[in-house]
Amino acid sequence: MIGLVAILIVILLAVIVVQLGRVSELSAKIRGEQEVELQKNNRTGFYMLVFLVAFLVFCVYSAYAYKDVMLGYGPHGAASEHGAELDSIFNVTLFFTGIVFVLTHIALFWFSYKYRQDNNRKATFFSHSTKLEIIWTVIPSIVLIFLVVRGLNVWNIVMADVDPEEEHIEIEATGYQFAWDIRYPGADGKLGTKNFRLIKPGVNPLGQDWTDLKNVDDFHPDKIVLPVGKKVRVRINSKDVLHNFYLPHFRVKMDAVPGLPTYFIFTPTKTTAEYRQSLKEYPEWQVPADPTDPSGPEMWEEFQYELACAELCGKGHYSMRRIVEIVSQEEYENWLSEQNSYYLSNIRNTADDPFIGQLLDQEILMRDKELKEEFSSALTGEGATTINLKNVFFQSGSSLLQDQSKFELNNLAALLQANSNVKVELGGHTDSQGDDGANQILSQDRAQSVLNFLRTKGVSAANLTARGYGENSPIETNETPEGRQANRRTELKIISK
Amino acid sequence: MAHVHVNPNDPVEVLIEEQGYDDHFHEHHHGDKYQSSFIGHYIFSMDHKIIARQFLITGMFWAIIGAAMSIVFRLQLGFPEADLQWIKPILGKWITVNEGVGQLSPEFYYALVTMHGTILVFFVLTAGLSGTFSNLLIPLQVGARDMASPFLNMLSYWFFFLASVVMFYSLFLSTGPFAGGWTAYPPLSALPQASSGSGTGMTLWLVSLTLFVVSALLGGINYITTILNLRTKGMTMFRMPLPMWAFFVTAILGVLSFPVLASGFFMLMFDRGLGTSFFLSEIFIEGQALDRVGGSPILYQHLFWFLGHPEVYIIILPAMGIVSEVLSVHARKPIFGYMAMVYSILGIGFLAFIVWAHHMFMSGVNPFLSNFFVIFTLIIAVPSAVKVFNWITTLWGGNIRFTSSMLFSIGFVSMFISGGLTGIFLGNSAIDIQLHDTYFVVAHFHIVMGVAAFFGMYAGVYHWFPKMFGRFMNETLGKIHFWVTLVGAYAIFWPMHYLGMAGVPRRYYSFETFDAFKHFGEMNQFITVAAVVVFAAQVLMVINFFYSIFNGKKMTTKNPYGANTLEWTTPIETGHGNWPGKIPSVHRWPYDYGKDGKEFVPQIFPLEEGEVAGDH
Repeated sequence: MIGLVAILIVILLAVIVVQLGRVSELSAKIRGEQEVELQKNNRTGFYMLVFLVAFLVFCVYSAYAYKDVMLGYGPHGAASEHGAELDSIFNVTLFFTGIVFVLTHIALFWFSYKYRQDNNRKATFFSHSTKLEIIWTVIPSIVLIFLVVRGLNVWNIVMADVDPEEEHIEIEATGYQFAWDIRYPGADGKLGTKNFRLIKPGVNPLGQDWTDLKNVDDFHPDKIVLPVGKKVRVRINSKDVLHNFYLPHFRVKMDAVPGLPTYFIFTPTKTTAEYRQSLKEYPEWQVPADPTDPSGPEMWEEFQYELACAELCGKGHYSMRRIVEIVSQEEYENWLSEQNSYYLSNIRNTADDPFIGQLLDQEILMRDKELKEEFSSALTGEGATTINLKNVFFQSGSSLLQDQSKFELNNLAALLQANSNVKVELGGHTDSQGDDGANQILSQDRAQSVLNFLRTKGVSAANLTARGYGENSPIETNETPEGRQANRRTELKIISK
Repeated sequence: MAHVHVNPNDPVEVLIEEQGYDDHFHEHHHGDKYQSSFIGHYIFSMDHKIIARQFLITGMFWAIIGAAMSIVFRLQLGFPEADLQWIKPILGKWITVNEGVGQLSPEFYYALVTMHGTILVFFVLTAGLSGTFSNLLIPLQVGARDMASPFLNMLSYWFFFLASVVMFYSLFLSTGPFAGGWTAYPPLSALPQASSGSGTGMTLWLVSLTLFVVSALLGGINYITTILNLRTKGMTMFRMPLPMWAFFVTAILGVLSFPVLASGFFMLMFDRGLGTSFFLSEIFIEGQALDRVGGSPILYQHLFWFLGHPEVYIIILPAMGIVSEVLSVHARKPIFGYMAMVYSILGIGFLAFIVWAHHMFMSGVNPFLSNFFVIFTLIIAVPSAVKVFNWITTLWGGNIRFTSSMLFSIGFVSMFISGGLTGIFLGNSAIDIQLHDTYFVVAHFHIVMGVAAFFGMYAGVYHWFPKMFGRFMNETLGKIHFWVTLVGAYAIFWPMHYLGMAGVPRRYYSFETFDAFKHFGEMNQFITVAAVVVFAAQVLMVINFFYSIFNGKKMTTKNPYGANTLEWTTPIETGHGNWPGKIPSVHRWPYDYGKDGKEFVPQIFPLEEGEVAGDH
């Protein structure tokens, strides 16, 4: 019903307007067409002038009203090194084009007004003037050369890839419908290789090749955190369609193209906290962030740098947000130390792990450090005197040591040699599966084979005893496979020091 | 011999009879048998004037649809909370109702944006503008009976019509029309999994636009041939009115660049249907890694923009030509710097081919390459600036009649300046880093090739309406139309510059997700309201148009504006063949306005003794 009324109103309005047009024409006929036409013409000429003034006022007023969005001004300053350059080129261009805009518009509408029809005057026959035309070809050319040179100068610096020798942080952003995945290289500073065929949603979201050891320490944070003042190279990828890695505050923008990694390099110059402080100056940022909660934090306090998508990628294009935080070097390092490697926390020792049953260099090093700490704290009496030799493994059902056990045992041998007055007992343990007696024997044999290994490494036999505990001292339940695995172990007990 | 009645009191008719070229046209009445039935005359017509009207009215149909679509998505942007249930009867399932509030679905928002772009760029501003006026004016202004090949000309329209039917049909698909942006970048456009519109909607989009390319090529070849071969006696290239130069270069641009687009479309079709990988590589989508490697999505962008950039000149050059003519006629002055105008058209036409990658600064092409495209792009500003200064100087010292067509021509110059200047920002790759794909771009291209081209088109429609229909459009309504559109268009697009500077990206269904983009609610409301008002003014224009066809003020003289060009020497009811008797021959350039104390001297008048030609 409302629709019908609306349609009727529209039709009615159309009829009224058309009649208006007819009436004005009919009245012109009655009052003498020529004269009326001239009057109308005069009036339209005057409107031209009115428009000119109104338009220029509107331009100035709107620029003033929206001064806060002007690039490089006040709360809209760039937060990156090159961003300030871009803002300045923008403003130089604005200056020149602004002059041209105002002058040409004044000429256009002023001439329209001034030279409106007048039956007592004849139009000037003025068909060309080579001099004038040369002037207005040359002047724009010079201005444009200036703008091009300035622009390209900056462009080539901004877009140049980093020198691999130069100190920089490389991170990776991967767009997909409809979010960004962020990857950091971890302690080695290198991003591991990827292959889109290895992508497994929820398991290996980026298709990282786990056989590449560079992937071991890579981690996937849910936001981008970067230290201020450090050069950052963002490697930009896409899994499916085109996306665009867009950081408005840093003047960073680059398409993410499937099959063709792109990059953008920038240096953040303001931490999030510093940027908030600079926003605090402006009244429009001093309003409550949440209008329904007037006593809540003000807008500037809630400010975050943001990552967006700027290339149409489908129905969720408008929602690909990630937060970007710029922090001090110290905060950055703290943050880094809190991050967990994706591989170690999600892939290690699962079916997808190519190194299952093997020890990674990193793990050996970490375990070495850990063993030393446990050993020394056991000696000082601060820690437990029993140490679980986590990385000692036997062949299934046998007392033959697996190859990888040698790392732990070599380390242990070195420790025992360095502390030759320490006497230790090597204890073998099994789970509750199988025959009690057989377990007892197996655990004894296993302890003995560790002892033998240590002896071959030069540890004095006098300091070593081997003992089998069978299944009698479990540390976990024997109901689950994980529990049973924990119970099958070799322990080191310090007897005297 | 002569069966044509010549009015001895009409110097124009006498002159044509005396000086004109007799091609024995009136003796070949069999030509008219194709025009005698209703179908032959109005539907499958081979007469350029009818075909022009067909292009225009089809273009208007699409313009209304395209503009109405923009109103719907502007409502979403300006009033995201508003209840849109009232358009559910039209949009059906694309309005989802949540707790009694009808919301536009994001898929359909993107479909609307995409269709708006495709329709306006191709169907309205290419077919509706160049198709209409090239067809109407080329034979009339160069002095030809019709196009070089009237049959191809007819096919050109009907391929466009077919393209229209296919595109229109795609609007009603249950999966929706294509929704990946008018540029249709793969992989989004290549993979049906990526978006619901990339299924059948995209197939029909490709079919439709391929038909459209055929139409553009058939038309273009015809325009070029007609201008080169069918100019009347005395009509040298440099005596052609400026619209002829503009249409000529436009047609060349189209003929050289549309095939490249077509090749891109074919490769995209192969990628979609035959399992090739021209544009696809290393894609993991919907839980599956595709066996499609080795292609490059950027290749498509090169092919697309190799047309896409000339396309904006295909749109704007005819408008420039029309405006040059109208400004000169109604300022009662010769166009200033005719030769400079011609050379700047040629210069723009040439440069149009070597700037395409300025759309791709941020798309992953080698940044070094961008250096050249920046240089060539900014060079285009020089011939453009020359044109602007020449238009303004044409007004200087004139005796200006503010007809609706003249107003729109002046408005065109204003829009072209405003939109052209922002091109200097975007063409500079360093600034483009920040502005690329933001509302600044939306403002730029809408003003410079959307609104400006529309202004050129309106100038042409108001100016040549009497030539098309023998009546005038209502001037009062025309002026209302002009002022509302001029003020309204600036109200819509000017604020978008600020949005763009603030970094707000284009093609966002909603800005709520981002703190940086969500604080412009009032501005977006303002823009939407302005868009609705401007839309209403265009509806008014359409009403005026159809009303005037039947009820407009009748044209009583052949040459109501006192214009010099040949179309105003034809009879008021211009029949098939344009001139009933001989074809007029031409003795001077078309811009002798106000020369030697005479208000105007049509091209058919020989130079008087001792008279120096006006273009000297």
